[in-house]
Amino acid sequence: MSYETILVETKNQTTRITLNRPASLNSFNDKMGEEFYASLKAAEKDPDTRCLIITGAGRAFSAGEDVSGLKERYGGDTHPSLGDHLRKKYHPMILRIRNMEKPVIARINGIAAGSGASIALACDIRIASEDAGLKQAFIGVGLVPDSGSSYFLTRTLGPSRALELIMTGRTVGAKEAEALGLVNQTVPAAELDKVVNGVADRLASGPTKALGLSKRVVNQVGRLELPDALEYEAQNQDIAGRTRDHLEAVRAFLEKRQPKFSGT
Amino acid sequence: MPFSQILVETEPPIGIIRLNRPKVLNALNFELLIELVEALEAFDRDDRVRATVLTGNDDAFSAGADIKELSEATPVDLIQRNQFALWDRLKKTAKPIIGAISGYALGGGCELAMNCDIIIASETAKFGQPEINIGIMPGAGGTQRLTRTIGKFRAMEMILTGQPITAREAEKHGLVNKIVPVESYFEEARKLAMQIAQKAPVATRLAKEAVLKAFDTPLEEGLQFERRNFYLLFSTQDTKEGMKAFNEKRPPQFKGR
Repeated sequence: MSYETILVETKNQTTRITLNRPASLNSFNDKMGEEFYASLKAAEKDPDTRCLIITGAGRAFSAGEDVSGLKERYGGDTHPSLGDHLRKKYHPMILRIRNMEKPVIARINGIAAGSGASIALACDIRIASEDAGLKQAFIGVGLVPDSGSSYFLTRTLGPSRALELIMTGRTVGAKEAEALGLVNQTVPAAELDKVVNGVADRLASGPTKALGLSKRVVNQVGRLELPDALEYEAQNQDIAGRTRDHLEAVRAFLEKRQPKFSGT
Repeated sequence: MPFSQILVETEPPIGIIRLNRPKVLNALNFELLIELVEALEAFDRDDRVRATVLTGNDDAFSAGADIKELSEATPVDLIQRNQFALWDRLKKTAKPIIGAISGYALGGGCELAMNCDIIIASETAKFGQPEINIGIMPGAGGTQRLTRTIGKFRAMEMILTGQPITAREAEKHGLVNKIVPVESYFEEARKLAMQIAQKAPVATRLAKEAVLKAFDTPLEEGLQFERRNFYLLFSTQDTKEGMKAFNEKRPPQFKGR
């Protein structure tokens, strides 16, 4: 499938989706929203994809919603329903990233602002270039955090620090973001690919079903009481225990060799 | 008899029925309903079967009535087929039915699910009564069973908007007993059926009958009904065996007598 606003490449069982509107800092016009969502769906279905990388072309990861597209919707005194816009455009992609049972890495090459930051925060692992930053840009235009930003920030930072970032709208540099736990690792720009590809290779050759089930469990346990969380782990361990990769790992252990995972 | 719309297996002490029209998300045509009722009635007569698992596949338990069949039907066809008589027979199934539900349980599929005695659902299940979207309404018990199960206001919203609910919402509102990952729902239901199949068959049958009676009768009459079934059990060998085994601190050996 060919896209206009994104680049999609699958190599070594990793699919890399690059937001590709560098002239407008990879901001999301409606076309890019549709194409990005379609590419997520395709990668989720593709049996040859065992890991995803999401990144941006040029100097930004993504500046978020493309405000130039809003112009025509603000004619006169009209107030368009931003809620419906989010429900239609962003919610499906955020849920797709969180629910797809494959590891998703955000390769944060530059600024991730507004819903661009939300997408980065929705990924499983974030690796940022030292030049990158995260910005809760919403308050600057008189709006509240959306596309999951308030959810992810509050769970990662607690309400007070989340509100500081939301209320000031300041850019958090990559180093600070790493110290706060908002990104997993910060590396010099020149090393970004080496580090990201290293992690991706490792995940893409891992026990994909168990990786997916781990994500499923982590997604759920936050809203459960301990006895229910224990039960949920047990249910999913039953499933993991029946995978070929688990049996392969046990066999490899007994034979004192490295396991070769097929992802099934 | 050979079945073409469902798969029927006997795995004593349980029976398993799978709706098997995967290409049309297990839409309920007339033939499927006949086969289903006949399979359940055959299990009721089969001493090797003490509980049944009723399931579809991961994507769909059943997406509802076969709209194509329905849209081609004349009123006379509908009267002659008397499809709802099949649902009345379905309701009279004596042995416990465990629903193993994944994917769509919509319209007639939701109503069929509600005919089960216990429901184990996958996390991916969706329950709904979307009939209103095509200008009809639930016709196989949806307005009655859904209302008695999740209450007037929620039932009204589902039936009037046609909007389905997720497995999690269904669990919260008491429409399903338990939700488990999609990989496990069938096994979980099978385990539960096996567990129930270990109990005294006459007791499970009379207990099921008494619980269902609660839907149809005022409390006083229901209590009388319960009492009569309770007394009736004292004439069975299994009741004597059950109490004897309890006193002797050993597991009972039930014979269904």
